[in-house]
Amino acid sequence: MQSEETNKVAVQPPDKEKIRKIWRVALILGIVTACEFAVAFILPPEYRMIKIVTFILMTVVKAFYIVAEFMHLGHEVKSLIYSILIPMAFVVWLLIALIVEGGSILIVR
Amino acid sequence: MSSTATVVGARSENLWKGGKSPFKASYGKLMMWFFLLSDAFTFSALLITYGLIRFSNPAYTGSVEDFQFSQEWWPIPEKVFEAVPFLHGVPLPLVFVGIMTFILILSSVTMVLAVEAGHRNDRKAVEKWMLWTIFGGLTFLGCQAWEWSHFIHGTDTGTIARFLIDGEWVTKTVHGANLTVNEYGPPPFAALFFFITGFHGTHVASGVLLNFLIFYRAATGYYDRRGHYEMVEKVGLYWHFVDLVWVFVFTFFYLV
Repeated sequence: MQSEETNKVAVQPPDKEKIRKIWRVALILGIVTACEFAVAFILPPEYRMIKIVTFILMTVVKAFYIVAEFMHLGHEVKSLIYSILIPMAFVVWLLIALIVEGGSILIVR
Repeated sequence: MSSTATVVGARSENLWKGGKSPFKASYGKLMMWFFLLSDAFTFSALLITYGLIRFSNPAYTGSVEDFQFSQEWWPIPEKVFEAVPFLHGVPLPLVFVGIMTFILILSSVTMVLAVEAGHRNDRKAVEKWMLWTIFGGLTFLGCQAWEWSHFIHGTDTGTIARFLIDGEWVTKTVHGANLTVNEYGPPPFAALFFFITGFHGTHVASGVLLNFLIFYRAATGYYDRRGHYEMVEKVGLYWHFVDLVWVFVFTFFYLV
């Protein structure tokens, strides 16, 4: 913590391969977002279910790249990966349960 | 038995018996991950509530061209969010929110570049990329402020809605939105908009503050004296999480 330690850390040169990989992931995220727009406007409204499924799939793809590459979770120890991912099963359960619940509230109203 | 402990194969057996870090991650990073997990539950609860309330309200069944705002059915998001600054009266569905998405993704990219520079102890590069990240965050917040302002003030035409006042039905034209009534659809629609994007915006705002703190400490040589830039990584995790949440909000609030 003292100032006499200043400048002890050595600056390393940038790793071109690593930086190229970061921009490649950025490009994938951009392309997937652009595809979401395309699906939203090119597909007619009659294909509502197909649209919703594609949106969710594309969101999962984007989430995968952000979490695995940007947040570096893909390069962590397996037990850490699972302790973050498995609790998310509760979210999936709650989502399905409450959307079904919402549908039946509409019928009862 | 003690001699067998030195065998290479015995390493995994002793992983949870102390003296080692089973997750091979520092305390701070690990706690950030578990905080983000709990925060993910909060955001999931909000988005799932949106799903519940949306499905318990009638959906619009007619064609998209004939769509009109009404208290009777849930609005089609692309009809609500179609305004862009300086282009008054030009319907550009989801364009502005798309721009916001790109801004946030780009600021996430500059954050990864800052983390990468931190690994190399490159103070100049950390400063540069942190500034870009802060700039991206502030731009996003500015866009959101405009979007809120437009949502609250509403369109020129407004929507005719019926209210029960003192036992009598009164028709009134509603402009814009607040927590009790809005021109776009049933009252919970605006309430959910304010809660979900507001909670996310609060996260972005505190993320910008944290990013600024990191930038300030990097610029004043604090991390050089400490010998490592791990703090950039931890705040980076938070910033990517904010971006991740926006990806989900974008899909479930604006697209679906």
